[in-house]
Order: sequence, then structure tokens, then C-alpha cells
Amino acid sequence: MASRDIHGVDPPWDAFRHVGRALRKVDGLAKATGAAVYADDLSLPGMLHAKTLRSPHAHARLLAVDTSEAARLPGVHAVITGEDLPVRYGILPWTEDETALAVGKVRFVGEPVVAVAAVDEDTANAALKLIRVSYEPLHAYLDPLESLSRSDPQIHEDRKDGNVSKHVHLAFGDVDAALSGAAVVVEGDYVFHGSTHAAIEPHCAVARHGADGALTVWSSTQITHYVHRALARVLGLPPHRVRVVQPCLGGAFGGKSDPFSLEFAVAKLAMLTGRPVKMLYTREEVFYTHRGRHPMRMRYRTGVTREGRLVGVDARTVIDGGAYSSYGLVTTYYSGQLLTGPYHFPAYRFDSIRVFTNRPPCGPKRGHGAVQPRFAFEVQLDQLAERLGVDPIDMRRRNLLEAHTTTVNGQRITSNGIRACLDRVEAASGWKARHGRLPHGRGLGVAASMYISGTNYPIYPNAMPQAGVQLKLDRSGLVTVFTGANDIGQGSNSIAQCLVAEELGLALDQVRVVSADTDLCPVDLGAYSSRETFMVGNALIDACRKLRPLLLRAVADAWQVDPSRVRFVDGAVVDLGDPARSMGAAEAFQLAEARFDTLGATGAYNTPTLGGDYRGGAIGAAPAYSFTAHVVEVSVDVETGRITCEKVWIAHDCGRALNPMLVAGQMEGSAYMGVAEALLEEHDANRFGLHKGPSLLDYRIPTAVDTPELHALIVESLDPEGPYGAKEAGEGPLHPSIPAISNAVFDAVGIRLTHLPFTPGRVLASLRARQAGLRDAERAPALSGGSH
Amino acid sequence: MHLSVNGDVHDVDAPDHWTLLEVLRYRLGLTGTKQGCDKGDCGACTVLLDGEPVLSCLVLAREAEGREVTTIEGLWPLNLARGAEGPDPVQDAFDRCGALQCGFCQSGMILSARALLARVPHPGDREVREALAGNLCRCTGYTQIFQAVQLAIAEARGGDPPRRSWEPPATVPAREP
Repeated sequence: MASRDIHGVDPPWDAFRHVGRALRKVDGLAKATGAAVYADDLSLPGMLHAKTLRSPHAHARLLAVDTSEAARLPGVHAVITGEDLPVRYGILPWTEDETALAVGKVRFVGEPVVAVAAVDEDTANAALKLIRVSYEPLHAYLDPLESLSRSDPQIHEDRKDGNVSKHVHLAFGDVDAALSGAAVVVEGDYVFHGSTHAAIEPHCAVARHGADGALTVWSSTQITHYVHRALARVLGLPPHRVRVVQPCLGGAFGGKSDPFSLEFAVAKLAMLTGRPVKMLYTREEVFYTHRGRHPMRMRYRTGVTREGRLVGVDARTVIDGGAYSSYGLVTTYYSGQLLTGPYHFPAYRFDSIRVFTNRPPCGPKRGHGAVQPRFAFEVQLDQLAERLGVDPIDMRRRNLLEAHTTTVNGQRITSNGIRACLDRVEAASGWKARHGRLPHGRGLGVAASMYISGTNYPIYPNAMPQAGVQLKLDRSGLVTVFTGANDIGQGSNSIAQCLVAEELGLALDQVRVVSADTDLCPVDLGAYSSRETFMVGNALIDACRKLRPLLLRAVADAWQVDPSRVRFVDGAVVDLGDPARSMGAAEAFQLAEARFDTLGATGAYNTPTLGGDYRGGAIGAAPAYSFTAHVVEVSVDVETGRITCEKVWIAHDCGRALNPMLVAGQMEGSAYMGVAEALLEEHDANRFGLHKGPSLLDYRIPTAVDTPELHALIVESLDPEGPYGAKEAGEGPLHPSIPAISNAVFDAVGIRLTHLPFTPGRVLASLRARQAGLRDAERAPALSGGSH
Repeated sequence: MHLSVNGDVHDVDAPDHWTLLEVLRYRLGLTGTKQGCDKGDCGACTVLLDGEPVLSCLVLAREAEGREVTTIEGLWPLNLARGAEGPDPVQDAFDRCGALQCGFCQSGMILSARALLARVPHPGDREVREALAGNLCRCTGYTQIFQAVQLAIAEARGGDPPRRSWEPPATVPAREP
């Protein structure tokens, strides 16, 4: 990390003009009026339409693929199979185990096998029906525990360790000694189901192979840079002949952060046919493409002192990875590495093992790898509070990490607003007067969490900046920002506009943003790990601070004053020593251009060297961490078992709210998504590996009527290394929703829900078990004991 | 077939099985109408047919003949034609309230809200929620969408704007004393 990477938390001039205000987004009206262009809105002259034939088997050897009849169908221009795109890829360079179309075998229902380009979609679909594929079905693994216990047949035959995808075992301190000395230990099993992103825009890609030999792919991706690298490798093209552009993107949440089959398929088909090719996934294909939340089975053992201070945490986790690696190596680390805040763990051990199954591949969904352990741990913490008779919020307060400290696994914590987050949700929810005192069937629950704000780990090892930007100043008074950042709806382009206008003292409309085009923009690694605001923001400030002295010097010389008297305010340049003297930004830019030649600057950000000094110690290391606390209010219908989440108070420490409206939107959207996966959503496959309901009707994402009342309470801790002190807000605020619901249900009706999702059936079963337990206790009170 | 869309009559040639969604997007270039599921589950393709919200992925293009189709692209010009300035007040309110994150569901959402306000000038919170229940949004948790609709209502009748969805930030001391 260079000194250029730290810019301080203060306003660049005397006070913030744009930062901290609820500004419109750069693309808001374009989206509101239908003018914004998404991938499927692109249409190129002569464009062909492509479709994919997918595997009907969960696990099978591919014996023969006969595409001859399909290729003869009038209107069909090209048919490709795995043999046409045999080069393996994968988001992580250590686990490249995917091919664009199946080679040798298929590993999940819905795996792409053949792609067809035709004059229109109907013809492409008709061609798919003419393709003959013979399969030799193999035993399908649908249960991760079975994948652990046997490996014949093996899902990935070249792997050394059976069906194990990744195994991580890390210990910090003596957990066994700590737990044996604890006053109270709670041990329990927690089950987290699968869920998927369900962005409303299906994946879409368009390719054109130009007369100059350059390949352009427009794709609904949140990782333009990694798609660029993967396309060049798989297609055997020099990277400089590949261009990847992300058009306006209709939601992602981690579901568009792998390279996908369709990007390679349209590229290859465009090269073979000499015509542009588009492929748009159906909603069903999106469900099978997946890369959603990993199902996890977790056994946790946590001990505390009589005063409620944590002494040790012991975690064992089995992770269902689905058919491919994707981000699984990182997921496996994250399932343990990210739990070590916001509480102080004196001793900690985790053992996480990710296995392959013949289900759609899992990947990163909002809160990657950390949402599941957070559920287990926060429910267990509530159980400990119950055993000790301590208020659950106080229990958490007794164990908080402070600011500027180090976690047990060696992660550096800088700013930390967790205490304020707990205070805010406690006050806003009326916790003290209401927790434990609401009528039967209604309850409050709390949970807290911590999440990364960017990651040190750059996916492929390299020493180059993680975020690069370029600014161009124009004689017209316009600044154009070029950034590789992927605006996926979170508003990274709007934040870029805001920061550059702030730094250079311009009006917002004097800054335009060009993003996510690998030909035009410097490399940014993309929209994942909640890194854009933090890293791109710092890179932008870096670039602006190279230009600002030139502008000030040029004006100062023209006025024959000291540069300290020159100030840019909303696009006007004023002389602090002579209020009568001013000029427009365009005039100032012209003076500077005449004096210093064509105006532009680059800016960059790289993370400091962070992380624990052990293998895997850098995974989970972040330049800053965000902190969150939720209080959730639920009502439970004891007749039907139905839980209604009534209200969520979300307090989130985002460092500084650069645009509080966008921060609140991220907090509300995160909490909504957490509530949804706790109560309504389930991504699961049946005994044939078929998705249980691959539609937006059967996969029940909440409607406007289902969604709870959401209260966003923004906490600002001003991070010393974030841009003006900002940290992430897009993922952290999801984590506490799920355990807080479980804890609220305990407050409402006295049952502990430890298996997700919290369906009416599970609630009723748990209520019945509790009633049976109470009856037994009445009959033999002396023998009761245990947990209450 | 002849389709009247946003006040213009188009002579369109399309296969019989094409839906209104397909014709709007792939024949008329009105790509503001989005396809999220193509089976009537998500509401992203909502357009107004004689002022009523319909799922254009479930309407055959031929069924729209002789009726007036309004898409998201039609709202701003209609607002100008009424002598007002700028985009439709509902579109503007969505932008001002942060209701547009990825934006993909919002063409349909805004048209559903428009249709509600045309039918019920002063709907309550419950009516707003129910009117939008056919339009799935995956980004916002709907909160800022409700605020946008309430803002449009408040401005249409000169009332107070709704409370914003967040409370003023609380700043934490940099270090605990």
C-alpha cells in the first residue's frame, strides 16, 4: 500500500458539497424512462440467436453427441459442442474445472452440452430437438454427506481427494482447554439451506467478431475483467483482441460473478459464423446456472464464563458445493475466517469441508460464505444468554471487539461502530420495554455481524492495483471518468460522479462516468466482496489529487495570487481574497490545458499487506470491515406455524454514508433478502437432481405485500482508510436478519429454530416438541432441568 | 397487424404466436419493457392496455389490436403533451427516492403505480402495496418504491412528502475513550 492510498476522512475543501446528500443516481432517469440499455436490449445488424441444449441427467458419461441433423436445419448457422471449446476455466486459477459445454461427462441437471446459433430463437429451439445425445447415467450424489463417505464414481475424476472440493482446518489458541474451563457450553447443529440470487434480469450475452479481428462481448456480468481473461484463454485469442462490455445490469447479487457458458458460446459462434450472436437465458436456465448460497451443515460448540464472556468457539461445517468449484475455495475459508468479529474470541477452531454433489453449482451470494456461520453462531449466542439469564443485547455488548484491534485469526480491525449499531436498534425497537414482554406469539430478536469491505485477495495473484481509474478533463468543462467498476445497480457510477465532483469542486453534471468496458477503462476487478466504493473511491481521489494542483496553479497564475486563494465551488472558481473575481470551470480547464498540455490523470488503489501469518491467513483479510446489528419483530401463528416478519430495524456502520439514500437502499435490500431466505425461499433439487421449482412463482421471493417494515439506521464510524471514511453497505446488512428471526421466534413462542428455512411445518413440529417437553416437565418436575 | 403504441399506429409483421412483449421489444425497438421470466410471474413486462396494467408476456400481440398500448417510453412524452415539464412525476419520484437500483423491474413497477394513481388518486399504504404486488423487485426491499409512490401522491395533492427511509446518520467517536 502506498501513501497515495490513504486520503483521510475530511472534505477536500472546507465542507462537503455533494457527499452525504441524497443525490439522484447518474442513471436513475434513464432507468425510470426505459432508456437504459441492458444486454438483451442490444440488437446488431445480421444478429443470430443462440440456444443451449442442457443435460437431463444429474451425473452421466457423455457417450456421443450427434448434431448433424440440427446442423442441416434451414436457418441454423452453427452448432458447437464441448469439443469446440475444450479449454477449462474457473473463476479461481487453482480450480479451473469447468468447460463452456460438457466434455466427457455431465455433473448436474441443466449443464450446457450443445449450443446452436440460428436465424431466430424459434429455429434455434427447433434445432435443439434434433440433437441426439447418448448418456450413460452414473450414480448421482445429491447429499453432501454421501459425497464425503464415498467417491466411486468420482464427480471430478482428476481430483486427488475423492469428492472433496476443499478442506480447511485452522485453530487459534487452545479451544479444548478453553471449553473445558467454561462455566456454560452450548453445543448444537444448525442447518442452512440453499438459496439463489433471482436477479430479475436473466443472463444475456452478445458477441461480435469484427473485421479487425477483435472480439467484443457484451455481457450481463459483474466481473468484466475476469470474463475478459477467461474469454481470451478459452478462445485462444491474445487478450488485446478481446473486449468485454457490461451494459446496464439488471441485478446480480453475486449471481453474475463467474464466467458463464453463454459468454464463451456466443463468442465462438460469432467467430464461426462471422455474424453477431446473442444468447438470452430463460428463467429456468437461470435457476440451473445458480451459483447461489451454499447449503451448510454446522455443528457449533461455544463456551462462556459465568459473566457471559466468550472463552472459545469450535465449529465444524460440511458445505455442499454443487457440481463445480466456482469460488468454493474462498467459500470454505470464509465459512470460518469471517466469524471472528464483532466479538472477541479468546480461542477459536474451525474445520470446514466443501464437497461436490450433482446439483447446480453453488457460488457467492450476497454475504458470501459468512451468512451461514453467522446464523449458527448468533442463535447459539442467544442460547447462551438464555442459559445465563442475560439480556441478549447485553450479552453481545460484553464481548464486543473495539476499534483498532486484531481478531483471533489475525485480521486487522480499523473503524468499528458495532456498539453504536446495538444502541441504535435497541432504542429504535423499544427493546428494553418490549423484549420478553410482548404477548405470546409476538417477539423481538437481535443479532449482530461483521463483513469485509473489499478483500486483499485479488483472485489471481498479481502486484498490480486492484482498482484503476482515469480522468479526462475537457475544454468544455466536462470531466469524464473511466473506471472498470461494474455498476450492478448498487450505484458505483453515481458514487464515482459524486466523489470526482467533490474533489474537483464541480457541479455533478460536469462529471460523466464511462464504466465496465475493457477497451476504454483501466482495470478494476469488479463488483464482488463489497469492494467498489472503498477501492474505486480511493483510486478516484488519488487521480483527482494529481489534477487539482494543476488547476489551482493555472488559475492562480492568471490572477497573480497564491493558489491557496483559489477555490472551486460547484463548478465556479472563486478568489477567496476578492469576492468579485470568479470564472467558470471550463475557463479554468482551458487555462490549465494551455499551461500544462492536455489534461488527464490516472489513479489507483491497492490494499495494504494484511492477514494472519499462516496458510490462508490472507483470505478474509480486508482493508476495513463493516458492522451491523438488527432487531427483528415477528409474529408466530401457533395454529398454522406461519411466521410473519413484521419489522426489521437495521443499524449498519458504513464508515461514512457518501449518499445516505443509496446506503439505506442497500441496507433495506439486504435485510429483505435475508428475511426472504429465512422464511420463503429454498433452492433445492429432488432425488433426480431436478430443481424443485425453477420459476419465480415456485421460488418465492417476497412481493410488495410480503415485505416487512424496514428501518434503516445509518451509523458512521469514519474509517481511516476508506474514501472520506466510507466502507461497504451492500452485503453486511444481510447477515443478522436470519438469526435475528430465529431469536425473535424464541422470544415469541419459546422454540429454537435451527434448521432453515423456517417453514410452517418446522415451526409446528418444534411447537409440538416443546409442548410435549412441558407436559413431561409438569409430570416430573424434579427430573426436568436442562435448557431453561 | 396494426398496433397503437404510445399514440403512434404501427404496421407490424410478426409471427402469430408472438406476444405483445416480443413485438414491443424485438419489432418496435421499445426495449424499456423488460422480460424477466416470460411466463407471467415477475411483472417486469407490465404495460398499460387501455390504461390497465397487463403482463405483455401473456398477451398475444394480436390481442392488442384496436387497443391503446402505453409503455414506459410513452410516459415522458405524454407528460410533455399535457403541457408539463420533464418526465412523468411518478418516474421522477422513483429517481428522487432511490427506488431505482438495477432498474430492471421498474418499467413495470412504474406503470403499475401509474395505473393505480389514475384509478385511485389518494391510495393508502395497503392499496399501494397491493397494486405493486405483481411486480417483483429483488434490489430494494420495496421500501424506497413505496416512498416514491407516496411522494408522487403527496405532490399531486400538495401534501407533505413522506419521511425518507433512513434516519440521520449517527457518528461514532473515532476511538473509545
